[in-house]
Amino acid sequence: MGFTQVTLDLLISFKENCTIFAATLLFALPLGLLISMGSMNKFFPLRWVTKTFVWIIRGTPLMLQLFIVFYVPGIMFNAPMRDRMLATLIAFIINYACYFSEIYRGGIESIAQGQYEAGQVLGMTKAQIFFKVILLQVIKRIVPPMGNEIITLVKDTSLARIIAVGEILFAAERYAGRGLIWPMFYIGVYFLLFCGGLTLLFNYVEKKLDYFRG
Amino acid sequence: MAFLEVMGIYKNFGKTEVLKGIDFSLEKGEVLAIIGSSGSGKTTLLRCLNFLETPDSGCITLNKEVLFDGRQYKNMREDEIRKKRLHFGLVFQSFNLFPQYTALQNVKLAAELMIKDERKEIVAAKAQWTAALEEVNQEAQNLLIRVGLEDKMHNYPWELSGGQQQRVAIARALSMKPDILCFDEPTSALDPELTGEVLKVIKGLKSSDRTMIVVTHEMEFAKNVADKVIFMANGVIEEEGTPEQVFEHPKSPLTQAFLNKSFESI
Repeated sequence: MGFTQVTLDLLISFKENCTIFAATLLFALPLGLLISMGSMNKFFPLRWVTKTFVWIIRGTPLMLQLFIVFYVPGIMFNAPMRDRMLATLIAFIINYACYFSEIYRGGIESIAQGQYEAGQVLGMTKAQIFFKVILLQVIKRIVPPMGNEIITLVKDTSLARIIAVGEILFAAERYAGRGLIWPMFYIGVYFLLFCGGLTLLFNYVEKKLDYFRG
Repeated sequence: MAFLEVMGIYKNFGKTEVLKGIDFSLEKGEVLAIIGSSGSGKTTLLRCLNFLETPDSGCITLNKEVLFDGRQYKNMREDEIRKKRLHFGLVFQSFNLFPQYTALQNVKLAAELMIKDERKEIVAAKAQWTAALEEVNQEAQNLLIRVGLEDKMHNYPWELSGGQQQRVAIARALSMKPDILCFDEPTSALDPELTGEVLKVIKGLKSSDRTMIVVTHEMEFAKNVADKVIFMANGVIEEEGTPEQVFEHPKSPLTQAFLNKSFESI
């Protein structure tokens, strides 16, 4: 097996990682906002339920959650999960939404009360205050922790290997099984390049928001 | 009936009684200075007028319109409160400018949103809309010129000194054309050399149709600019009158003690 062939082959498997990455972001980013609304809600029971849920999700390994989503429907309800990618996405989206929700909460709660009050005395509505005054300040503050979390997500995508999704780690293991060891190390390059690109993107966003302080 | 009538305002925070029956009135065009030591309830009173706090009981009437009535308040809807709030403007101790907007945008924002909100339904009025926005823009520029910031209009808050930021905040409060403009210790967060420029602007705003309430620790300012002075202590109005009455001939021993301390030279 030549270097080019392996590179291309691994690239095709890496597409699976990219799918997990993109779909998780697409759904977990808005879902996280919803969860953060729950954990900041004035209504105590809702807040309690949300916080308990976040505790459970953040307090158990993502790998265990993958197992549960993939195997429990078959074992307990006699309705086996056939789609491995679907199981992966469900576990990833819920897991990451919980982490994102805490980042959102931190960002929103860090905005000074005076910003809301200034909007209120100017007769702005709650929605106007949130979208026109608060939101951009929150975004500016959460870019660094979000960047962290999103870069972690890139690498976590290889956890899907545990339920035999044909992602890049799985592909490399197949080579290893046939006696070709180096692809096992070579896959690191894919993750490095992907994360490098993301780092540049986050730096760009941070620069873009550098025009104001607060 | 006076322009502003405040009657029997009570406010507790948990078990702490902050306001214990506040009554006062103010005529149009008057400047009221509220003085008193920290914790006397001055700021809470101002926040009640601006609906940032809800009094437990009492009544606020402006220009014969009942803005707040402790007995009926619970039935008031959010947008009703919002409308009533607009009778008052508030300048905060810590400016609270919106950091992501320039000075001009800070001043324009609320008025612009108001127009967009009102005319959303009337799609046909596009031209009218543009004209109204242009008017808001012009008005905001005039306000900034008025507070002496014509060359800082396009600067962001972090590029301005504290005094300049507070002047932007004053222009912003004026942009919604409040009937009564309130100041909550407007110079307390400023270095001494910046205090003067802000006080000068406030003084310059005084006119026969602008009513102002200033909570302040600047005794000279209160003495020279106010038409009426209220001294608060422990949640009640301990003494009120013209600056001359309160500063030169205070009747209450509490007022005397407070003034002695305030004018004490070190």
